[in-house]
Amino acid sequence: MAESPHGVGGLAFDASKRGLPPEAGVAIGLALIVLAFEVLGRFLMNDSFLFNTRDNIDGLFNTARLQIIILQVSIIGIIALGVTQVIITGGIDLSSGSVVGATAMIAMSFAQVGQINGIENSRAVFFEQGWVDLPLIVPMIVALACGLVAGLINGLLVAYTGIPPFIATLGMMVSARGVAKWWTAGQPVSFPTESYTAIGSGMMPVFIFMFLAILFHLILKYTVYGKHTYAIGSNEAAARMSGIKVARHKVLVYSIAGLLAGIAALVLSSKNLTAQAGMGLMYELDAIAMAVIGGISLQGGRGTILGTVLGALIFGVIISGFTFLRLDAYYQEMVKGAIIVGAVVLDQWRQKRAAAKA
Amino acid sequence: MASDIQTNISGAEAPHPRVEPAEVILRTEGLTKHYGGVHALVDCNFEIRKGEHVAIMGDNGAGKSTFVRQITAVEQKTAGRIWFNGDYVEFDGPLAAREAGIETVFQNLALADHLDVPDNLFLGRELRKFNLGPFSILDYKGMRKATLAGLEKTGVKIPNIRNTIQHMSGGQRQCVAIARTATFHSKLTIMDEPTAALGVQETVQVENIIRTLKEQGEPLILISHNMRQVMDLCDRIVVWRRGRICANLRKQDTSGEDVVAYITGAKTQPEYAETA
Repeated sequence: MAESPHGVGGLAFDASKRGLPPEAGVAIGLALIVLAFEVLGRFLMNDSFLFNTRDNIDGLFNTARLQIIILQVSIIGIIALGVTQVIITGGIDLSSGSVVGATAMIAMSFAQVGQINGIENSRAVFFEQGWVDLPLIVPMIVALACGLVAGLINGLLVAYTGIPPFIATLGMMVSARGVAKWWTAGQPVSFPTESYTAIGSGMMPVFIFMFLAILFHLILKYTVYGKHTYAIGSNEAAARMSGIKVARHKVLVYSIAGLLAGIAALVLSSKNLTAQAGMGLMYELDAIAMAVIGGISLQGGRGTILGTVLGALIFGVIISGFTFLRLDAYYQEMVKGAIIVGAVVLDQWRQKRAAAKA
Repeated sequence: MASDIQTNISGAEAPHPRVEPAEVILRTEGLTKHYGGVHALVDCNFEIRKGEHVAIMGDNGAGKSTFVRQITAVEQKTAGRIWFNGDYVEFDGPLAAREAGIETVFQNLALADHLDVPDNLFLGRELRKFNLGPFSILDYKGMRKATLAGLEKTGVKIPNIRNTIQHMSGGQRQCVAIARTATFHSKLTIMDEPTAALGVQETVQVENIIRTLKEQGEPLILISHNMRQVMDLCDRIVVWRRGRICANLRKQDTSGEDVVAYITGAKTQPEYAETA
């Protein structure tokens, strides 16, 4: 076989022959939406969306707005990282919002102070047991354990009973919400310790989101776990015939999604200084929407964490943009819905074109 | 007319083997598979020697693919014993069979559409840089190198191995599936209708790969409906009918019409008479 400049017998790894990654399309979409708000702002509000226009503040960009854009999607973004992995295996996780609610309630009750302004906090959930002013590690472990158990149950149901992930996680969604309400008979849990409030204060949610996003991006790209996650979503029968332990892997993926929901609950309840049974309502759908906008295929096998992060940013930009234009939240939701559908239509069209080219 | 390989008599009744045990790569005895009340595979005694290319033929539902699924441990057999490469084996799953050296090109192409060529070749047994359980770091460079070597060995040409499988033609996909066997220095290759869905040129390409395997002395079990292909590529033909073996024929002693007669049930070899 002849050696050619393109490798042996025309075989080659030619980086230049690879097309744009699918995330490029999402990034372009993000840029266009930002541009639209910038242009609309200049015309309608006589103000800039992205850039600093105040004389009393230094800096090129409107830093405060940029921070809010990402801060307001960080917590749902953390959930979306787990949901992304579930969707890549060809599954779905509807339970994450409710798991956030239940986990926040349970974890918060292990993080309450014993005294408020010198008066005993007798309404603390574990006041009688004396479990107040506990070190931060306790509510953290409780939160991670709650998320993990919920994810584990999801995973075991999906992997070993053969029921569709939609049904398994729908059941968990309803049950976990029930747990959240039952835990304190509907009463909110408040007055966390100072160390607990530090988790979600300021820009901490963003740092946690970014750290986890980078971590899972690397894991999906460079580890056996990632490869098997894609393989199962791409062709489950092939994965099984290749010797991948499909059921065990699914349990792991759903458990990780649960764990991430637990982390999100920790950050959310810390940021809000309180936990309520209704917390995290509809978060699961926003998380799924972020993933879908980011190019994750609901058929499985395709998409990256980077895509989901971009999808989350698109969400953040839309919310901030509508606030900036002083438009009502109703329009926000209408446009969000249209963007979810539009993103999938565009993505399918791109896929078809790519297939026709090859 | 019958082959000199004993495939039908076992246990105490078995005559002295005419072949050295070391020459036999795979041997099954009384291999049986029931799906509930359906007896898909009944008492199959099969043998293949090193360097030999054996064709498995039979009508749809005759048990050909079921037989392959038992020896590759994709399914667990109901009864029977299997020897591979001189050892008695009990594979607990497809990975165990692959690690022992049985490589299979399945009828429905066990490839993941969204992964590229090296990923598919190493699916389920990825090379690892650091072993951290499920979170082991992948050795992409090593896998790419081994992939190129495997493709070169089989003479498969694919423009860019970083392309995902979904963007490849049927022939290229089949070649990737076959190249997998070469990459892992398999001791026995099984192909389940490798050219059934391919065009003329692609079929020629796959047949050339099979000839390359023959030259390299790699044993092969080929399931095919294509009589010309079987006569071209194989040394021996074993015919299945309704879950049982009904004939074991050397290529030079038989003809196409003869094989068809066995497949359809018009003829049965005397030693398999009780199966018919």
